[in-house]
Amino acid sequence: MILPFTIVQLVLACVVGLLCVALGLAGRKPNDLTVLSVGTVGLLVIAQVVVAIVAPFVGNEPTGSLLEFWMYLGTAAIIPPLAIVWALIERNRWSNVVLGAAAFAIAVMTWRMEQIWSVQLA
Amino acid sequence: MSAQPRTRASGIGRVLVAVYAVLAMAALGRSIFQIIDRFDEAPIAYSLSAAAAVVYVLATIALATGWDRLAWVTVSFELVGVLVIGTISVVVPELLGLQGASPFGPKATVWSVFGAGYLFIPLVLPVLGILWLRKRSRAAVEA
Repeated sequence: MILPFTIVQLVLACVVGLLCVALGLAGRKPNDLTVLSVGTVGLLVIAQVVVAIVAPFVGNEPTGSLLEFWMYLGTAAIIPPLAIVWALIERNRWSNVVLGAAAFAIAVMTWRMEQIWSVQLA
Repeated sequence: MSAQPRTRASGIGRVLVAVYAVLAMAALGRSIFQIIDRFDEAPIAYSLSAAAAVVYVLATIALATGWDRLAWVTVSFELVGVLVIGTISVVVPELLGLQGASPFGPKATVWSVFGAGYLFIPLVLPVLGILWLRKRSRAAVEA
């Protein structure tokens, strides 16, 4: 993984998470802003998949378990699309909160992936 | 009052289902990995972790489909689990083969130190689940 890219992804996911939860609690239904911002978070996860495939070939090897890393990344890749489908089917305020929760989940998982890739605790 | 069937989760209950789904995925994924990768290191802890994960999956399904009896059983099981295993992991970690293990480290399970490695969501979620189930059953009685 590339640390600056991870940080951008983390910050964006947190901002999107806050935005969606706030709009949901304010009673707003999902709209272009919330759906597309979670879509952007999802696209960055896909970009992370590309980075993770290419990085080992250019000397950026993971220090932790590659299996564990890919389990996180694989799960992270399906969460935003699922949340968006949910928001499109159920058009009420709580779907915005669900979108926000998905974005926060991506933030946590991205942080864990960076840990697995470059920081070993034990 | 409303003609809508009360069987499916609605409103804020849907958020609960979504958060449960994410936690179920997190717990299941991590536990599968721990069992494949290093089951021998802490077999009791990792078995509990797997059991917890399966219960989270069942709870998610029960909450999503409005299967209230299963929801009560699974959500209560989680609350007891996180309290009992959380306490053991703090007071006598060697009982679970977890001595010296950080709640954020590779030996962490979903219930270690009351779910600290999962932002304490495993501790908070069953409480919210029980509150929501109570509200729902009360609403069903009044309807």
